[in-house]
Amino acid sequence: MIEGIPIQHFLIVSTIMFFIGVAGFIMRRNLITILMAIELILNSVNINFVIFNRYLYPDQLQGHFFAIFVVGIAAAEASVAIALIINIYRKLKNIDVENVNELRY
Amino acid sequence: MSFNVIMFYLFSAIILVFSLLTITSRRILRAAVYLLFVLIATAGLYFLLEYQFMAAVQLTLYAGGIVVLIIFSILLTHHITHRFKHPDMTKLIMGASVGLVGSAVTIYTILTYPFPQATTVTELPATMENIGTQLLGVEKNGFVLPFELISILLLAAMVAAIVIAKKEKDKNAEI
Repeated sequence: MIEGIPIQHFLIVSTIMFFIGVAGFIMRRNLITILMAIELILNSVNINFVIFNRYLYPDQLQGHFFAIFVVGIAAAEASVAIALIINIYRKLKNIDVENVNELRY
Repeated sequence: MSFNVIMFYLFSAIILVFSLLTITSRRILRAAVYLLFVLIATAGLYFLLEYQFMAAVQLTLYAGGIVVLIIFSILLTHHITHRFKHPDMTKLIMGASVGLVGSAVTIYTILTYPFPQATTVTELPATMENIGTQLLGVEKNGFVLPFELISILLLAAMVAAIVIAKKEKDKNAEI
């Protein structure tokens, strides 16, 4: 626990970061920037896990482990998403979300 | 005001400013670099909380791995001088209003919720020894099942990424 900083300040920072990610997810049209917005969202959730562990249950490490697992899942998701994006670019020469519906069968 | 508090507000300011720049920048490579700054500042927060292992994972996997992957895919799919068009007004208003309303509701809830103050339990330091024994433990507070699950998930994701990104063989080509 950091002396002099209440838990609410951390939670406010991660909340604002989460909703910046959500707004970016809605506003952007490029697939890679949407992926970056998802990374922002996952990162803010990670901060929440670690903060709740550190401030409310410092005798356990459960939030810490969940944050590590979330990082692993984020890595897997990013690799598969980028493979898909590169494949879409090869077929369509363009990676805006409006064009992806051409992949419908 | 102690040094820790100053560093916390510095890292928070870096996180907020650069995450805003990440979603508003019109050059995609700059957006990726701003995302890198956000992730490094988050690792700084973990260092402040004395979770060194988590901070190291954040630096190596997120800042080192995912950002490099994103930058590579940008270089494969974009011209370096490419600039985005401005987003539509409706999408801009929708995104901004969802962000503002959602964060206002959540911050109001956080500020009114009575969090318990000053727990008296003994702290368990996040040393490598504790992390290792709990990550592979099978008794109480053991995490061996999610550990094995995530190893299978990573293997599946790796195979899937290779299969998806592999170039299809041209069936008409001469062997």
